[in-house]
Amino acid sequence: MTRETVVNAALTLGLLIVPMWALMADEPFIITLATRVAILALAGVGLNIALGLGGLVSLGHAAFFGLGGYAMGILASHAQSYTPLITWPVGIEGTTSMPLIWLVAVLAAGLGALVIGALSLRTSGVYFIMITLAFGQMLYYFAISWPAYGGEDGLSIYLRNGFPGLNTLVPIQFLALCYGLLAIALILSARLAASPFGLALNAARQSAARVQAVGLSPYRLRLVAFVISGMITGLAGALFADLNRFVSPTMFSWQTSGEIMVFVILGGVGRLFGPVAGAAVFIILEHVLGGISDYWHIYLGALLLLIVLFARGGLIGLLAGKAAHHG
Amino acid sequence: MSLLSVAGLSAFYGASQALFDVTLSVNEGQVVALLGRNGMGKTSTIKTICRMLPVAGGTVEFAGQDLTRLPPHQAAQLGLGLVPEGRRCFANLTVWENLVAAARPGHWDFDRVTGLFPQLAPRRDQRAVSLSGGEQQMLAIGRALMTNPKLLILDEATEGLAPLIRQEIWDAIARLKTETGMAILLVDKSLKELRQVADSAVILQRGATVWQGVMDDLTPDMTDRYIGV
Repeated sequence: MTRETVVNAALTLGLLIVPMWALMADEPFIITLATRVAILALAGVGLNIALGLGGLVSLGHAAFFGLGGYAMGILASHAQSYTPLITWPVGIEGTTSMPLIWLVAVLAAGLGALVIGALSLRTSGVYFIMITLAFGQMLYYFAISWPAYGGEDGLSIYLRNGFPGLNTLVPIQFLALCYGLLAIALILSARLAASPFGLALNAARQSAARVQAVGLSPYRLRLVAFVISGMITGLAGALFADLNRFVSPTMFSWQTSGEIMVFVILGGVGRLFGPVAGAAVFIILEHVLGGISDYWHIYLGALLLLIVLFARGGLIGLLAGKAAHHG
Repeated sequence: MSLLSVAGLSAFYGASQALFDVTLSVNEGQVVALLGRNGMGKTSTIKTICRMLPVAGGTVEFAGQDLTRLPPHQAAQLGLGLVPEGRRCFANLTVWENLVAAARPGHWDFDRVTGLFPQLAPRRDQRAVSLSGGEQQMLAIGRALMTNPKLLILDEATEGLAPLIRQEIWDAIARLKTETGMAILLVDKSLKELRQVADSAVILQRGATVWQGVMDDLTPDMTDRYIGV
C-alpha cells in the first residue's frame, strides 16, 4: 500500500466521520459545509482530468459549472412555475427530478465542452488559457443579459429537487447523494487514468509528436478528455445550484474558474484525491478564517504561494511524498 | 510488391532545404538500409515519410496510399512504426504503460514484445526514465511493434549503446526479419551488422539518392566514398 493510498483513505475517513459527528451533535451547518466540499471537489475532479492528466490549463471551467447550474435552474424554475420550457416544435416541461436534471446538466456541459474544446484545443499554452477564459466570460455576460432567467440577479429555486427514495431537504441525505456522485467520479477518474486512453493522454502531455508517431491524435485525446472533464464539472454545477437553491451568473465567472483551479493546485495536480483535499482545505479556511477577517483570501493566497513554491505535488504530495505516479 | 515507394522527395526546415531528390522503395518482407554520412538527410527522409516534416515535392506512397497530405497520426495508423532517433520513450510512464498506450490490435502484444526483449519483463512496472539506455531502446522498439506496423522504421537504433546491448538489438532485428517477415527501413552506421540483416541499401548524399541496390553490390569503394567507413 503506497503512502498516497493511506492519505486518500484517511481523507475518505475524515469525510465520513465529520458529517457523522455533525449528525450526532445536531450540527446541520457542518453537514452543509461537507456537502459544499463534496460538490466543489467534484468540480475539481472534473478539472483534474483536463489539467492533471491532459496538461490543459483551462481557465474556463466555470462555463461548464455554470451550464450545469443553469440547466438545473431553468428546468426547476419551469417545473415550479408550471410553465412549459418550450412549446414548439414539441412541448417540453421543466422537471424537479434530480436524475433528469443531472442528465441534462451533464449533456449541456458536455456539448459546451465539445464546442469550446474543439476551438480552444487548436491553440496551446497561454492562448489556450486565454480562449477558455474568454468563453467562460462570454457565457457570464450572456447570463447577465438574459432577463428570462433572472439576469444579473440570478434565479431562485424555492424547493430542492427530488431524488427517488430520498428526502433531499434533509441535509445528510443530500450529502449522501453528493458523496455518492463524488465517489463515482473518483472511480471513473482513477480508471480513466489507468486506461489506454488515459495513458495516451498522459503521453500526449509529455510529447504530442511522439504520440502522433504511434498513430494517435493528441487533439482527439485532449478533446475527449476536455469533454469528460466538462461533464463532471457540469454535474457539480447542478448540485451546487441545488445546494444553494440559487443560480447566478457568478457561477460562470472567471473567479469561479480560478477557485476550481485553486482546489486542484492546493490538493495536488494529477493526484486522484487532490481536488478533495484542496476543496476541504478551501472550505475550512473560508469557514475558520472567514469568521476572523473578511480578507481571508489573503491567507489562502499565502498558502497557495507556499504550496506552489515548496510543494509541487500539493497537499497530497506533501503528505504522501513526491512519487506522483504520473506527475 | 512495393510497400513504401518514395520518389523525387524534397523537404525544407524553414527556408533551408534538407532533401532535394530522395528516391527509395521498400518491398514487403524486405529490410532496407538507409545509408549516408552525418547530415546527408537520413533522419529528414524518415521524418518526411512519417509526415513530421512537410513534403515540398515528390511522392510518398505507402501500402498503395498517398501519404503526402496525411497528418502524422494517420500515416502511422496505416502501418508505419517509427522508432525515433534518441529513443524517446514516455519518460514518466512505466514499461507496461508505454506499451499499452501505443497498442493497436494485432500480432504484437506485451508477451510477444517481452519475448523479443526478455529484459523488459522484470521491468514491467518501472518507469521508462529509470531504465538503462539499452532498455529504453528496446522499449522504444517494443512500443513501435505494439502498433502492429507493416513497416518498422528504425532511426539509429544502436547509437550510443554498449557493444553487448547493440548485439542484442541486432539479434532482435534479425529475429523480426526471419520470424515475422516484417519490412524494415534501417538507419545505422554499423555497416558490418547491416550487411547481415539488410537485403538492399539506399545511399544519400546531400539530400539526394545517389545509389540504390542490393546490399551485396555495395562495394568498398562506394562505402568509402559515400559513407566514410
